[in-house]
Amino acid sequence: MKFGVIVFPGSNCDLDAFHLIRDILQQPVDYISHQTADLADCDAVILPGGFSYGDYLRSGAIARFSKIMPKVAEFAARGGLVLGICNGFQVLTEAGLLPGALYRNDNLQFRCQQVSVRVENSDTPFTNAASRGAVLKIPIAHGDGNYFAPPELLQQMEKNRQILFRYTDEKGKTRIDANPNGSLDQIAGVCNETGNVAGMMPHPERAGELILGSADGLFIFKSILNHFLSKEAVKHG
Amino acid sequence: MESSLHALGYENVYRVRVGKYLELFLEAENKEEATHQVEEMSRRLLSNPVIEDFSYSLQEAQL
Repeated sequence: MKFGVIVFPGSNCDLDAFHLIRDILQQPVDYISHQTADLADCDAVILPGGFSYGDYLRSGAIARFSKIMPKVAEFAARGGLVLGICNGFQVLTEAGLLPGALYRNDNLQFRCQQVSVRVENSDTPFTNAASRGAVLKIPIAHGDGNYFAPPELLQQMEKNRQILFRYTDEKGKTRIDANPNGSLDQIAGVCNETGNVAGMMPHPERAGELILGSADGLFIFKSILNHFLSKEAVKHG
Repeated sequence: MESSLHALGYENVYRVRVGKYLELFLEAENKEEATHQVEEMSRRLLSNPVIEDFSYSLQEAQL
């Protein structure tokens, strides 16, 4: 399975994602420049964290108009797997590929810490390797991670099971003080209606090895791989 | 900022929020065309309609 990691000017987690996919997951991976209009033959696309275009105007607002983005939208429309992490999540909401938006953290602080997130739906291409209710230890590092969706939209997302992760305490309990940014309903990650585009504020690519404090981030990448392999198995009988 | 205002004695101030103010020059045939463009760019790029509102005013200027 071939992964593509998109590199915007100001991306800074592209190397971490690349490392995890190549060295831990042991799958082929390429960087894709924001200036190209070609996703090559990637089976999944990662929009990494960082500060694309310096986050001028709003986080992700400029990157969303870069040359590669129409290709990402086309790829997503064909059912391709797209994962936006942190700034990548912001880019995907700005692009309208994911519902909602990310406000400034309610505490106005840039939060850089280990958090616990609970898997709310394990029946997706991004979470199938974990069980529902599992608590993953993954770090966050953001200033604009305060998720918002208007009430009707949130209701619809709940119904479609589009909430992938919620901030909880270590035991998986939702608590206000376990919410690092004021996110609506403690939401840490969501997917689109068709389930093939996902975004999350925590950084799974920074939690792929125990030496880094947690290997729980691997669940997300393993899920993507599982999904791809099971689809291939169906395709080839 | 709110705590700075409080420190200055404006203790009756709360819910301080920062917004954005943008200024731009634009060439257009007429006011309707300018209005149309400003609305469009505000919706497409300058604001995020999910979490932001916008308002604008137009002024005729000489280049």
